[in-house]
Amino acid sequence: MKNRREFIRNTAAGALILGSSAAVDKLALAAMLDQNAQHAEAAKSKVVVARDAALHNAGGQLDEKRVQELLDRAIAAYTGRDHPVEAWKRIVPVGKVIGLKVNGLGGKGISTHLALVLAVCERLQQAGVKPGEILVWDRNARDIQACGLTISTDPSRVRCYGSDVAGYEEGTATFGTAKNVSFSKILTRECEMVIGLPILKDHRGAGVTFAMKNMYGVVQKPFELHAGGCNPSVADLNCIPTVRDKVRFTIGDAISAVYDGGPGFRPEFLWQPNALIVGEDRVAVDHVAWQIIEAKRAEAGVPTLEAAGRPPRYIATAADGDHRLGTNDPQRMHRMEI
Amino acid sequence: MFRSGGWMLPVWLSVLAAFMGALVAVTASTGCKKKAADTFPASGAVAGWEKTSDTRVFAAKDLWQYIDGDAEQYTAAGVVSTSTSDYKYQGQLEATIDVHTMGDAAGARKIMEAGETKDAKTVQLGDAGVAYAQSVIFRKGPYLVRIVAYESTPDAPQALLALAHGVEGKL
Repeated sequence: MKNRREFIRNTAAGALILGSSAAVDKLALAAMLDQNAQHAEAAKSKVVVARDAALHNAGGQLDEKRVQELLDRAIAAYTGRDHPVEAWKRIVPVGKVIGLKVNGLGGKGISTHLALVLAVCERLQQAGVKPGEILVWDRNARDIQACGLTISTDPSRVRCYGSDVAGYEEGTATFGTAKNVSFSKILTRECEMVIGLPILKDHRGAGVTFAMKNMYGVVQKPFELHAGGCNPSVADLNCIPTVRDKVRFTIGDAISAVYDGGPGFRPEFLWQPNALIVGEDRVAVDHVAWQIIEAKRAEAGVPTLEAAGRPPRYIATAADGDHRLGTNDPQRMHRMEI
Repeated sequence: MFRSGGWMLPVWLSVLAAFMGALVAVTASTGCKKKAADTFPASGAVAGWEKTSDTRVFAAKDLWQYIDGDAEQYTAAGVVSTSTSDYKYQGQLEATIDVHTMGDAAGARKIMEAGETKDAKTVQLGDAGVAYAQSVIFRKGPYLVRIVAYESTPDAPQALLALAHGVEGKL
């Protein structure tokens, strides 16, 4: 699209210089085409895949400064704003509690990276979110600590604790197979908006775990949602209004990932995509994440998830007419590789 | 009556005590086999390795709390409990030992074979063992042991193998 726009812009500029009536008609036509193209593009679900091959240094250590820069590039590309703070202001409301749902289930080796969490927290504060209005959370202390985070309930600082501290709702919610689900009070009572910070993993049951599957960490009994390769339960869970409405953005951690043997830490299947996958459309984000896993599996000579008998069917389910959580159609996505 | 009862009571008690004693003995014997808490080497028991956390034990029904998403394959293979503890080698290399106590040796074999890859290097540990750059997996009777390191360092493979032998010796 960029080339097309540049072409149209150049044509229009040329017309202006010429100054003829025919040129003016051309200008109007070009402007109309450009507008239509922009509308068509805007209707697509944007997913940014931001990469930095040098994210890990020669010794294998993560460069935190580069993580911040990678996040800035991803958000700038997503919002169309170059200045990180201005970009963040387009994403988050001020004066509301913003939850950052990390994923530490896989333990130290394959959990949301601390450097990414810190980078998001810093930019949120620069965008006007007070420290106490940021709540980093997961299921419990063990998962939080697996991400390298420290438990903190001090309301004057960035808070960080698990649902084991906040508790779960006694009341339940149901959508389809996600029956009588009890949500974390962090989700229901504390956060106005949640940004998902999942980590990219293969999943023995679901095929892939990323944006939507990360929501298993907000309910009390996730094991009750594992039947049938987590399909349609992942889609059903995300359709419950508490999740659907509050979880509005994903900054997916694909700095490290496991392409097989997940969701636990299996170092023999660990690789470093050195990437962030960012978007509002959770279905599109998961579709892109799935493709990245498949590409790595192909490279490693591992069968596709379909051949392994566990394609992430919940992604298509989430896009169907009963769920309408987003799109899994690449033609309706605007995937930006930067 | 009182006397008689007084005499009968100790007999009844002694029978009960004998029964309870036998029960405790059987339970202790079984528990000793199934109990994995003792299978973790103490700090210094294996050169360079320090035990850095308490041992946590998860019963089969609670395994999802530790390895949600992975738990089903273990329960399907008959896991009884899973014990885990963290270690550190020479103050730097962090690792975790998981000891899965299965119902029988077949369960341990099933899990191990399901996870093997072509890159696995066979090692002499228990009934069967494999090693990778950052992990060692072996089974011995009903036990399946997985040791993973969180970094890839030149000395990790040998250090992990030594730790694995330390666990094997306690099974």
